[in-house]
Amino acid sequence: MSTPENNPRRQFIAAAGAGVAGLGFTVIAPGLHLMAVGEAKAATEARKAGSAASPVVRWGLLIDANKCAPGCTKCIDACHTENGVSETLPDARQNSQWIRKIELVDRRDGRVTQLPMMCQHCANPPCVDVCPTGASMKRADGIVLVDRHTCIGCRYCMMACPYKARSFVHAPLTEQNPEVPRGQGCVESCTLCVHRVDKGQTPACVESCPTGAMTFGDLNDPASDIAKRIASVPTTQVRSDLRLNQAVRYQGI
Amino acid sequence: MKLLRTLVTIFAALTAVSPAPTLAGEGGRTAKPLVEIANPGKCVAPVDEMRRNHMEMLKHQRDRSLRQGIRGEPASLNACIECHASKTSGSVLGGKENFCQSCHSYVAVKLDCFECHQPKARFKAAGLKP
Amino acid sequence: MAVLNPRHEEGLFYVLAGIGGLVSAIGFAAALYMEHSGHVVTGMNNQIVWGLPHVFAIFLIVAASGVLNVASMGSVFGRVLYKSRAPLSGLLAIAMLSGGLFVIMLDLGRADRLIVAATHFNPTSVFGWNVILYPVFYALVGVYLWTMMERRMNPYSKAAGLATFIWRVVLTSGTGSIFAFLVARQAYGTALLAPMFIIMSFGWGLAVFLVVQTTMYAWNDMKLPPLILKRMKNLLATFVAATLYFTFMLHLVNAYFAKNIAFEYFILFDSEFASQFWVGQVLLGSLLPLVLLFSPGTRDKVLWVNVAALLVILGAYYQLHVFIIGGQAFPLDIFPGYDVKSSFMDGAVDHYSASLPEILLAVGGLGVAFTMTTIGVRILHFLPQDDLAELEAATRATD
Repeated sequence: MSTPENNPRRQFIAAAGAGVAGLGFTVIAPGLHLMAVGEAKAATEARKAGSAASPVVRWGLLIDANKCAPGCTKCIDACHTENGVSETLPDARQNSQWIRKIELVDRRDGRVTQLPMMCQHCANPPCVDVCPTGASMKRADGIVLVDRHTCIGCRYCMMACPYKARSFVHAPLTEQNPEVPRGQGCVESCTLCVHRVDKGQTPACVESCPTGAMTFGDLNDPASDIAKRIASVPTTQVRSDLRLNQAVRYQGI
Repeated sequence: MKLLRTLVTIFAALTAVSPAPTLAGEGGRTAKPLVEIANPGKCVAPVDEMRRNHMEMLKHQRDRSLRQGIRGEPASLNACIECHASKTSGSVLGGKENFCQSCHSYVAVKLDCFECHQPKARFKAAGLKP
Repeated sequence: MAVLNPRHEEGLFYVLAGIGGLVSAIGFAAALYMEHSGHVVTGMNNQIVWGLPHVFAIFLIVAASGVLNVASMGSVFGRVLYKSRAPLSGLLAIAMLSGGLFVIMLDLGRADRLIVAATHFNPTSVFGWNVILYPVFYALVGVYLWTMMERRMNPYSKAAGLATFIWRVVLTSGTGSIFAFLVARQAYGTALLAPMFIIMSFGWGLAVFLVVQTTMYAWNDMKLPPLILKRMKNLLATFVAATLYFTFMLHLVNAYFAKNIAFEYFILFDSEFASQFWVGQVLLGSLLPLVLLFSPGTRDKVLWVNVAALLVILGAYYQLHVFIIGGQAFPLDIFPGYDVKSSFMDGAVDHYSASLPEILLAVGGLGVAFTMTTIGVRILHFLPQDDLAELEAATRATD
């Protein structure tokens, strides 16, 4: 006989609510999330040990293509060193590239620009929608990651990504950075150096850029450098027609 | 029939004479894994609990670290490796006494972790130009 | 084919089953090699991520769903001539689906993690849906076969057939949706793909059924009544024409979008895929079969109808090759209005050539389907046997 105290339905609802709150958000439909109310936000300081990533923060990058120097690959070198991306396979098309320099020539007037392209950390990531196991995921603070514990290597996310941001690891690896596990048979992409960000540092590419073309920060904090710049100069999101609302924005294209 | 009996006798004799394969070398008939504890001392939890539960600890903690971004948890795989890596090889894999490999080879449980995780302690990665 | 001496016939069966088993085993060995060494031994890379194994796997999976249409025509739509063919179509569905899944699951980067795929479910992913759709499909076809082959269960075959039919439509729409949901790719990303895959499945499935049926009849020294041949070849022609229509609409509408014209020009005229499309898919896979199926000299001959069916299957290979690999070979248009260049093949057309392990794995899937069919038809009663009088009566009633 159930009483208000031991009513099984109430207990279920209470447990489900606690479970949902523990997750930090609820997926209603692709691209729609119920955000939990966050705790004290962390800016570029290290997040307190034991505290979860919070949706109050949204990490982003602003890249000024005007300042990007032709022929310079310091961001790529820094990224690949930091993340232990070091394999050179016989077919170079099978090598992983977390970040790459793209040279653009405007078809109308021939103007040449370069910029680094990496995972755009979309708010509505197509890669997350299509992943069968949920390995491709968006963390509460906006960083899109691959959970390599559950990735089965189907490469569907690589088909879905509009920016060709993802790479597949084609061979066994032994030279990984202990802070950046990566391995054969799983898909990977730029993590916004999540292991550095959680310690209060900036991504390796940002730190290495000699011209200061890359800015990193909390898009949700109006007092941060990045938010102030985005509010004051025109910036674009690449393929904004897809309405993916990326965290990476560009200036000068 | 006589041939079979001869063969069985020879086989029994050889078995009685050959030493039982013990790695630990403490006598008894069951082989035990020889585990090299590079830094003996206090682990995250008592040995019995670690033996029985380390897989569950690592499994839940990996989701908290990766999916929720909670850092600084006690059962960090890197911390285990730092402490337990062999002093000679610098790794928890590679030889039959090395910490993770010894028990896992003994119980024949495949180690999936090191497909992605770096088994050498304090390893500094170097990248290459594309 | 003359009647074989029973001992020779049995020997031939073992040889065929053995060959099929060997091909399957070699495919499995190729997959083990790929898993051990990594996909570096394949021709797939970070630009063309799905290759020959996927072409074969998707053909087998789509045709598996379509071959069951023969049974649905009998159970669901009440067409008498197909009722006796339903059990064979059920067997072929299971065999081909097994072959397709064999290839696609062994090609995974982490094939050892299938249990993870089964236990972690993302509700927005078609691949996630497939983890439920495929096992239930097996179960439904199993039940359906049981209702048809166990006399006491015959009254339930209509209900089982309807359930299977609906499930099949969901499953094949899902297969088309795998590509339809890819928002940024010019080759895909259209709702048309879901119904198109259904129609493709009907045509390919019926083509496979015709070839298998002819082989079984020849083995048993039986002759297919001309009435049945005519009905089935007309149906095949209808499906081939419908597929051609869908293909035409797909490319026409895609070319209408200024942002997709470059891709359409590439795939239809300016690439290695152009000849595969026009000669392989359109000419050999669609137009020539239609000619054979309607020309007075060939339309009532079993041999030529089967040639048409084999051409349809060949056309399916080219169609999927152009669709899957051609769609990936063309670079993503990340910066519309700009010419791009990078170290990651941005802006560059990629070329794919399958390596030996991939070819062996893909053919291994065919081997699995073949072996299961060969053994199945030997063990159980799948040979379609027609009551001609009943058939003619039904024909007179409907004509």
